[in-house]
Amino acid sequence: MSDRLLGIQDLSVSFATPEGPARAVDRVSFALNRGETLGVVGESGCGKSVTSLSILGLIPSPPGMIDSGRILFEDRNLLELSPEDLRRIRGRDISMIFQEPMTSLNPVLPIGRQVAEPLRVHRGLSNAQAMAQAVEWLKRVKIPAAHRRIDDYPHQLSGGMRQRVMIAMAMVCRPKLLIADEPTTALDVTIQAQILSLMVGLKEEMGMSLLLITHNLGVVAQMASRVAVMYAGQVVEEASVADLFDRPFHPYTQGLLRSMPRLEERSAGRARRLTEIPGIVPAITETLIGCKFTARCPHAFDRCREKAPALFGIRQGQQARCWLKEFPERRRADA
Amino acid sequence: MPEAPLLQAVDLVKHFPQGGGILAKPTAWVKAVSGVSFAVHRGESFGLVGESGCGKTTIGRMLLRLTEPTSGRIEFDGQDILGLNRKEFGRLRRRMQIIFQDPYSSLDPRMTVEQIITEPLLAGRRPPRAELRRTAETLLDKVGLRGTDLDKYPHEFSGGQRQRIGIARALCVRPEMIVADEPVSALDVSIQAQVINLLQDLQQEFGLSYIFISHDLSVVKHICHRVAVMYLGSIVELAPTEVFSRSPRHPYTKGLIAAVPLPDPHRKAAPFAMEGDVPSPIDPPPGCPFHPRCRYAFDRCRMEKPSLATATEGHRVACWLNEGRGLS
Repeated sequence: MSDRLLGIQDLSVSFATPEGPARAVDRVSFALNRGETLGVVGESGCGKSVTSLSILGLIPSPPGMIDSGRILFEDRNLLELSPEDLRRIRGRDISMIFQEPMTSLNPVLPIGRQVAEPLRVHRGLSNAQAMAQAVEWLKRVKIPAAHRRIDDYPHQLSGGMRQRVMIAMAMVCRPKLLIADEPTTALDVTIQAQILSLMVGLKEEMGMSLLLITHNLGVVAQMASRVAVMYAGQVVEEASVADLFDRPFHPYTQGLLRSMPRLEERSAGRARRLTEIPGIVPAITETLIGCKFTARCPHAFDRCREKAPALFGIRQGQQARCWLKEFPERRRADA
Repeated sequence: MPEAPLLQAVDLVKHFPQGGGILAKPTAWVKAVSGVSFAVHRGESFGLVGESGCGKTTIGRMLLRLTEPTSGRIEFDGQDILGLNRKEFGRLRRRMQIIFQDPYSSLDPRMTVEQIITEPLLAGRRPPRAELRRTAETLLDKVGLRGTDLDKYPHEFSGGQRQRIGIARALCVRPEMIVADEPVSALDVSIQAQVINLLQDLQQEFGLSYIFISHDLSVVKHICHRVAVMYLGSIVELAPTEVFSRSPRHPYTKGLIAAVPLPDPHRKAAPFAMEGDVPSPIDPPPGCPFHPRCRYAFDRCRMEKPSLATATEGHRVACWLNEGRGLS
């Protein structure tokens, strides 16, 4: 059995807008091995969520459209599967948790039944068997007095508890891949810590792979082994988590890391001025010829405006979409 | 003698009624803020941090009388603002402004940027139109937008730009104090840095005091001189920022700091996560509000609420462990 579980190759996704088609994901490629955690980071609108939704065939169409690419899961191209085949994989081999549990849980079904449902659908368990396992799972995700809570409705739970229910629901069928899209963004920091440590525990126990989509560099540093940074629909850098934080190559990655206020820094925080990334993200309806970061990049030169850079190899396991790899003398020391 | 504080809050309490109706009595009271005191000096950034429901936003609103306190006293520049009538307070209100979290819902979509920014000036004597426009231009320039943006509408701007518009509006009446309620929480990290720098520049230029309300400890540490940590309606610890981040004493503050995932893959978080959820403010626990989640809780914590007592110069902690027992 190969180590590779998921391979996304040259994926492009567009949305129809009144101003014409807008490309939200532009030739994105990355791979995920068994047991690995890949963090996908980027700011609003960079295409990280659209990428993850396309894996499970959840892009609403219209207005969305997959223009090109392949999504290989255990060597099967998910984009070519029939809706029934995809449904069999979804929730069994691949499951997903979202930022806001309230919108992904059914408000009129008790939580026990919701957690039990994938077991009835995918594993063919009887109601009683499925419910018994659901209670076990609710205990494992540390819902206090789980057997008494199975008849509760989602609105009776706190945000952290709802996210635990979501995780139980995603895990009951022991998926090979869990896609978590901003799983802790709506939660308070102490609850976030509880949920992250729960996810780490379950992942290790079950040997599953985790695709973690987030804007939070702290969460990525703590959870991921490899990281893909996305900007304006493209992967601009990919590296091991250590290389990304120690030796970021792409000016956008560098800018992100520098613009963050830090809690752990020894110096009095106020003394230091944050380094800004000037400007704003280009609208996805804009057509840009060269590198999409040019307008905000302190190192930009002619080439960047004329031709889009490819993903260049920087070192073993690290790639960056930046002309500075070919023209290192253009990197400005003062920026 | 140290300068008198610009703002002083003494024993602020806010209970919101819950249930009930026009004729029926409320069925319960949400104890959002239970006896909070602090002072803010001129030119100082004072941080109020805590998780959802800790009462930090309610405090910010009470300082501007957007929410009337149930009891307590608020003094601004020596004046008891709760005793002022509408007109008197209206005059004082110009000196204190507020910036909100959500730049998408806090700007009127039907007004142009110029109208939004200069609206606070229209109360009272109405300045001539040309003067309003000049003022608006100057303000836009201060917050890093262009004069050509004056006739645009909010929807034409990104989140970060909208927050700049909100800041320009707050600055318009030359306030001395700004309550900033999660002003950068809705912004992406690269844009967040732009707005934080702007807030710091403006503070320097105008000598502003900020009451900076946030759940993000890193941002608060970066901006604030002093920080008050809130839990379930009470301040549990108040300290200069360096002390707060280096040697916190309250078990909740320690847990809060430990829970922040550090953006450093070589420093993995301690496996300890604070357990449990925040209790309901309708029925807060007796004694110390934090005792049900506290690892160190002992009998006294369950019965008696500790007051905010001085630990070292300028550092105050509401914890019984601080009283002679020493902290482990």
